[in-house]
Amino acid sequence: MPIDKDTVSKVSNLARIEIDDKQLEKLSKELDSVIEWINTLNEVETEGIEPIAHVTGQTLPLREDKVNDGGYAEKILNNAPEQASGFFVVPKVVE
Amino acid sequence: MNEICNLSLLEVKEALKKHDLSALEVTNAFIEASDKIKNLNVYNTLTPEKAIEMAKHSQSRIDKGQGRLLDGIPIAVKDLFCTEGVSTTASSKILNNFIPNYESTVTKNLWEAGAVMLGKVSCDEFAMGSSNETSYFGNVINPWSKGKDKKLTPGGSSGGSAAVVASNSALAATGTDTGGSIRQPVAFCGVTGIKPTYGRCSRWGIIAFASSLDQAGPITKTVSDSALMLNVMSGYDQKDSTSANLETPDFLESSRVNSLKNVKVGIPKEYQINGMSSEIIKLWENGAKWLQDRGAQIIDVSLPHTNYALPTYYVIAPAEASSNLARYDGVRYGFRKPKDNLDELYSSTRAEGFGAEVQRRILIGTYVLSAGYYDAYYRKAQKVRNLIINDFSEVFKKVDVLLTPTTPTAAFELGSQQDPISMYMNDVFTVPASLAGLPAMSVPSGMSQEALPLGLQVIGKPFDEENVFKIAANLEDEAKFSFLKYN
Repeated sequence: MPIDKDTVSKVSNLARIEIDDKQLEKLSKELDSVIEWINTLNEVETEGIEPIAHVTGQTLPLREDKVNDGGYAEKILNNAPEQASGFFVVPKVVE
Repeated sequence: MNEICNLSLLEVKEALKKHDLSALEVTNAFIEASDKIKNLNVYNTLTPEKAIEMAKHSQSRIDKGQGRLLDGIPIAVKDLFCTEGVSTTASSKILNNFIPNYESTVTKNLWEAGAVMLGKVSCDEFAMGSSNETSYFGNVINPWSKGKDKKLTPGGSSGGSAAVVASNSALAATGTDTGGSIRQPVAFCGVTGIKPTYGRCSRWGIIAFASSLDQAGPITKTVSDSALMLNVMSGYDQKDSTSANLETPDFLESSRVNSLKNVKVGIPKEYQINGMSSEIIKLWENGAKWLQDRGAQIIDVSLPHTNYALPTYYVIAPAEASSNLARYDGVRYGFRKPKDNLDELYSSTRAEGFGAEVQRRILIGTYVLSAGYYDAYYRKAQKVRNLIINDFSEVFKKVDVLLTPTTPTAAFELGSQQDPISMYMNDVFTVPASLAGLPAMSVPSGMSQEALPLGLQVIGKPFDEENVFKIAANLEDEAKFSFLKYN
């Protein structure tokens, strides 16, 4: 079984999603069956095939490096769970 | 039944132009209709005051002879489009209290054309789902459940958008489609919708799920209603780096062509999947025959990598989602689970803020992108995606469009599909066109034995929505589908 509880635990830490022990069991089974299904891709011969990330083949356009938006920090902070003096507030990270 | 709500978008537009109806009359009729469908759980947010104000503006422009393309047309917006000053949740707890400071380009285009906003309609959480059951606010009920002994799914993720149009409670709705999220729900609800070519509509201001696949599109009753909506929604936008810098053709014109002489329609044999029901086979045969009767040439074609489209999608979409959804951390907006330690704040906020399916996809995405697995899964899927695109390019040397069923079944009962993979199978016919970025439209074309709607899908070449509209309009003409009597 490629996806066991340890793998799910590692991945959930990378994804910053807390998972309790009870869920770990269920999730490892579910993810394992999904990954096993995804493994059918191994049947496809892809030697020499380019991986593709963008379907229309368009290149990224450039624009002048000039500020064209902004100046409303207050409006943005209105959506913050906690704010003070124009900043987002998080728990203390530096002692 | 309210007579106004029973009309098509173009019929209402004509009546407004002739002053047979006023914009306020139309808007009030749809506000009333929205109240009557509360049992379907379609809306996350209703905006009746805004609608009335917008309708008044529309009427004053119409009175001055300056009516715009969609003046006085009430529409619903999928709750995935950011709307300035109006709650935008993606049907997720994590955005439950989010009020955008900006308007998505697509909705901005619609309001500038005079459309009237009725409110924000439900979808699967972050557009991840095929049954509308992953919404934090509970599932939408398919209006076709009326008079049946079970409650049916409207499909997903744009389930609210399809249900609101099917229940005659909006003239149109916006949807988004990543792997079938417009086409599957419109098929289940007996209405029409198109996912245009990737790049046709700006993605700016649409809450991102899988950025290389996400596209906005309209949901309406008729093909020509969708054409007019897409005319307005489309267009180049500097704010989306993948937006195509192309003129928008007049899709309404294309939807009025009623001869298919010299048109070649491909029937891909791989879409004839194991265990496909006889009613779907029959529907597909009918569709091909209708098009043939109109002068089209039907050609059997092959898309050899079709079987691998779904597993490819379930690597690429979760990978992109895991990256896009990293921004929901309880710091800048949305739900926060207060903790003393920052890392714990992140992980408990995300554990409580995201539902089970979203978490599952973030975990799959994180896994396939993680060190040691990237080449085996993500890179591999990107290569198979290239082969799938090549299949289509080859076939489109021989035919103009492809005709397939939209879904392998009619709408199923809510709660009946618990296993993730069987839920994913709903998108078996819609995902390949998504991976290739192609325009694809679903048209209601028949009824199942259980008296539920079934859809046919028309897939076109990149940026050739014109042929898609042309073929879809002819299918619609021949199918003579009876819309649900509701409201």
